[in-house]
Amino acid sequence: MSIKGKAYIAGIYEHPTRKAEGIPLAQLHAEVARGALADAGLTLADVDAYFCAGDAPGLGALSMAEYLGLDLRHVDTTETGGSSYLVHVGHAAQAIAAGKCKVALITLAGKPRTGGSQPGRPPIGIVPPDTAFEAPYKPSVLNIYAMCAQRHMHEFGTTSEQLAWVKVAASQHAQHNPHAMLRDVVTVEDVLNSPLMADPLHRLDCCVVSDGGGALVVVAPEIADQLARPKVRVLGAGEALKHSRGGEVDISYSAGRWSAARAFEEAAVKPADIKYASLYDSFTITVVMQIEDVGFCAKGEGGRFVADGNLISGVGKLPFNTDGGGLCNNHPGNRGGMTKILEAVRQLRGEAHPAVQVPNCDLALAHGTGGFLGLRHGSATLILERV
Amino acid sequence: MAEPNTPPADDVALAPYHAALAERRLLIKRCAECGKPHFYPRPYCPFCLGDKTEWEQASGAGTVYSWSVERRAKPPYVIAFVTLAEGPTLLTNLVGVEPDAVAIGQAVTLDFEERDGVPTPVFRPAG
Ligand SMILES: [Zn+2]
Repeated sequence: MSIKGKAYIAGIYEHPTRKAEGIPLAQLHAEVARGALADAGLTLADVDAYFCAGDAPGLGALSMAEYLGLDLRHVDTTETGGSSYLVHVGHAAQAIAAGKCKVALITLAGKPRTGGSQPGRPPIGIVPPDTAFEAPYKPSVLNIYAMCAQRHMHEFGTTSEQLAWVKVAASQHAQHNPHAMLRDVVTVEDVLNSPLMADPLHRLDCCVVSDGGGALVVVAPEIADQLARPKVRVLGAGEALKHSRGGEVDISYSAGRWSAARAFEEAAVKPADIKYASLYDSFTITVVMQIEDVGFCAKGEGGRFVADGNLISGVGKLPFNTDGGGLCNNHPGNRGGMTKILEAVRQLRGEAHPAVQVPNCDLALAHGTGGFLGLRHGSATLILERV
Repeated sequence: MAEPNTPPADDVALAPYHAALAERRLLIKRCAECGKPHFYPRPYCPFCLGDKTEWEQASGAGTVYSWSVERRAKPPYVIAFVTLAEGPTLLTNLVGVEPDAVAIGQAVTLDFEERDGVPTPVFRPAG
């Protein structure tokens, strides 16, 4: 069964906070839920499905359904790190297409700056099977992604200057976003002159750390028909996992190679048809690898593809992350998949900032990678269309 | 929670691995059914889920697959993927090397460093 055209993103909301002092995690989830339902023109009573991931407090969906007062007939807590929310949209579309629900609420919230739960950590006392073989070496998100960049440079000749162009493009967009944490436009030189954090990544190759959250409402076609908002439908969705495969390690590509192929096949469109792309930008290298894996260019060509402003709206061929992305705007809960969907929907609605709005943006892609790109990660791809 | 480097007391299947570490030997596993080696070791083969996986001692020879230096740490340390001569690539640290002297493809050899009281496999430049 295909989900093509079977579900619509009817409501979106991005929490304006970047530092949620005094606001508990559950309250943040409630605030984004209220925002997305109001945006859609729906109410609490309309919601019959709820999706959340590892960032939700307590027992996840159980705790949040109680806190929000939800009456549900469908629930999904798929956890693939920061890409979870992209997966959730695909799963919501499947559930709607199968007649299991009509109005699905998806929420994300996180407080890495002000405490609260630490997304992605296993429950206390449960040790993952890789721990004894990895933890002694002090892997970090930063140094694992840095090794992906190092290998990419070795195999394909990618340069630090090329990576820096990703940050330059994000900063060009962020200057127009009043909520963005970093609104100063930066140059390639600024990135290269920022402190080396983990070879070859500099400080400005890394995303921000922010509190905040976001929410989506995904609805059945007959619900979308009754609502006043511009209609954005889910044309294709793909998900894939990649891991260390018993030691057969190849970190030159991500699971995005598979998730994107599945999404494009379902949508029956090609990468060249995409007018705007939201790409998870935990680090600049993440964007370069995903651009290749999604199919915007050949493997190894990503560095050359992103250079010279090619990702800047109004300048280059592939406008990306026009909200400033994780590199400049926000990265709520260290999970960037949600905000990728939000900006893609704004672009399709024509509600992005006028300075970065892509003209006649009727086909967009949102893509993310959750977990550790060089170790175990989950990729997910959505192709969305304005109708 | 135990220190990450402390073998779990109730993991019988991994006891030979941890016993070998105490003797400064690194064990990997090979599947008797499909023939493939794997690391980190599991009782069930990650290529065929077969239960006839056998311990095999790594020669200690390897090459650097990728690396980085965690510059914020005091002191900075080199993290790396090293591909063993036997095939599997594992996460490790490079020791006894200046960060600026590390290169992908470089030959390295197994060594052990005491961490949390346990001999821990690390790698240093070969020769
Ligand atoms: Zn096997």
